[in-house]
Amino acid sequence: MTASSLPGGDGAQREALAARVSKLFRTTAFKLSLAYLAVFAICAFLALGYVAWNARAVLDDQIVSTIDAEINGLSEQYNSGGLRRLISVVERRSKEPGASLYLVTTANGDHVVGNVASVPAAVLAKPGQSEVSYGRGEANADEHYAIVQVFTLPGGFRLLVGRDTEERDRLRAVIGRAFASSLAAVIVLGIIGGWLAASRVLARVDAMTRTTRAIMAGDLDDRLAVAGNGDELDRLATNLNQMLERIGELMRGMREVSDNIAHDLKTPLTRLRNRADEALRRSSSAEELRAALEAVIEEGDGLIRVFNALLMIARLEAGSAGELMATLDLGASARSVGELYEVLAEDHGLTIEVQAPTGVVIQANRELIGQALANLVDNALKYGSPVEGGAGRILIAVERRPGAAVLTVSDHGPGIPEEEREHVLARFVRLEKSRSRPGFGLGLSLVNAVMRIHRGTLRLADNGPGLKVEMVFPRALASP
Amino acid sequence: MLVDSHSAASSRALRGLIMRLLVIEDDRDASAYIVKAFRELGHSAESAENGLDGYALASEGEYDVLIVDRMLPKLDGLSVIRSLREQGITTPVLILSALGQVDDRVKGLRAGGDDYLPKPYAFSELLARTEALARRRGGSSATEETRYRIGDLELDRLSHRVIRGGKEIPLQPREFRLLEYLMRHAGQVVTRTMLLEHVWDYHFDPQTNVIDVHVSRLRGKLDKGFAHPMIHTIRGSGYVLRAEEGGMV
Repeated sequence: MTASSLPGGDGAQREALAARVSKLFRTTAFKLSLAYLAVFAICAFLALGYVAWNARAVLDDQIVSTIDAEINGLSEQYNSGGLRRLISVVERRSKEPGASLYLVTTANGDHVVGNVASVPAAVLAKPGQSEVSYGRGEANADEHYAIVQVFTLPGGFRLLVGRDTEERDRLRAVIGRAFASSLAAVIVLGIIGGWLAASRVLARVDAMTRTTRAIMAGDLDDRLAVAGNGDELDRLATNLNQMLERIGELMRGMREVSDNIAHDLKTPLTRLRNRADEALRRSSSAEELRAALEAVIEEGDGLIRVFNALLMIARLEAGSAGELMATLDLGASARSVGELYEVLAEDHGLTIEVQAPTGVVIQANRELIGQALANLVDNALKYGSPVEGGAGRILIAVERRPGAAVLTVSDHGPGIPEEEREHVLARFVRLEKSRSRPGFGLGLSLVNAVMRIHRGTLRLADNGPGLKVEMVFPRALASP
Repeated sequence: MLVDSHSAASSRALRGLIMRLLVIEDDRDASAYIVKAFRELGHSAESAENGLDGYALASEGEYDVLIVDRMLPKLDGLSVIRSLREQGITTPVLILSALGQVDDRVKGLRAGGDDYLPKPYAFSELLARTEALARRRGGSSATEETRYRIGDLELDRLSHRVIRGGKEIPLQPREFRLLEYLMRHAGQVVTRTMLLEHVWDYHFDPQTNVIDVHVSRLRGKLDKGFAHPMIHTIRGSGYVLRAEEGGMV
């Protein structure tokens, strides 16, 4: 973006940048990296603190053992040569470079010999080890710290031996600096890393937002980009795409329904109108008029029936039927529908056989399953008359399969050629051929819609010879 | 002509049953059609155009059956029914609705409706169902009888036996239930969908004449060898079971 080319571009650019930065700060990725940063800084602090603490303990130990060694040496000197010997040794050692601290005083604290100029009186009064501040008596009056050991010698003399803790303090300073610089590095790197991560995520989210805006604006075929690395944004994008796919499907379905309703109701409506018109022009007697009116009512009833079936398909395909579902014994449904149609089958010269064990129980809507079964049996009665020599038997069967419960209606009619089976499940196939009553196409579409709302599938198979329609309900609906 | 002679004939069979009806329906044409058709058959029918007026009339007046549209201005049909039921008014309600799907029926009946008729409907269907509700209110079948006797036909619900003219008629279980329903509603017209609903407990459209086949089977067993058929077909409506042509129920 070259905002500087615009009039007043500088201000605009700054503003845009400010907006971009503030957006960046509000991103989850950025907030997360800040949180990580804080955690990391605390960890670094703890680690360095631990190291410093241990180093200090080691140094303290070293100082104390050095003092112990000095005291051992001095006590040997004192034992062999008395106070005088001690004083001369102290005097000599005091002047060596890197010497320890020595001080010999009288009982009332007067300086006898040693490289310590001043020390708090209380320290000398109390024998034992302690940490004190002392003066070196040099030009610079800096305060120094030392670990010292104080002894009382015979005659009230006091001997102080100690080591300066300067080294320890230097180490502390080094560690402090290390901590400060590493903290600075952590903050800088963390902010840069967070910025990079956030802007990467933000770029993708912005892209998704743009796409969804485009989709909302009407470009329903657009889909979100999937990077293909399977991260959570990818999963989100994939899910959203699937949702869009489903919405698109529903919209196409609705469009198809309205198109088809218009198309398929027009013919019978025209016929209805013409019949009434003809009756009006030609019928002379009351009987003729009555007959014509009855025909008109019959035609109207047929139309209502088609219309209801269409509406039902549309509603089933559009909706979910959560609250409609209840526990249903598939076998009971098979038997009741079988029993309902048995007499009709006999009139067609066919028989209906039901093979349904009890206890195949699923979550389903009894009405819808009944309607679907009735449609299938009705189709079998209409189209399943046996081809020459075949058995005139319609079988309604319920069976349990791994992960599914299956309701099957099969006949020994001519069947449906394999290449046409897919086609037949689409809406309104039959209506292309005969438009007088709702039949095969609409019936199967309705069954298909019923299966869809039960999350099941409808399968058409060869019954060798004949048609075998399988309603397969997934395990999720099946009760154990 | 609003009512064909068949339903008029069937209604004549219902001597003595004059129904007082309230039609709550906002579509004036539909409302006028129903009111006029019922009045032509000798019933009394009033109408209300919105839910509130309908509720007021229904809670004050004496009616045998309320015919309530689901979608009404001011107070929707289901709320009218719910309010009436809460008030302890048990007048049978028949719900008319353009929403004819499975869940709509369930919602309607759950709200306190007694029957549900999706639009568009045939008047004969409305008439038959209204009469069934009015009869029920009359109390004829409020207490379930164990034995029905119509003319020389007798049905024992406990022993599952059917006897006509002293001769036992063997029936399949479903035929028995079919006859039981017809006998409980003897003298009334019952439609095919009413039979499907009450004998098979299904509300869908069977798309074929399957009920007719069942009735004709039953008729074959029941009327064979008897001078007077008991199950009569009312064209355009359904069936009626009565002792003899024009005889008393």
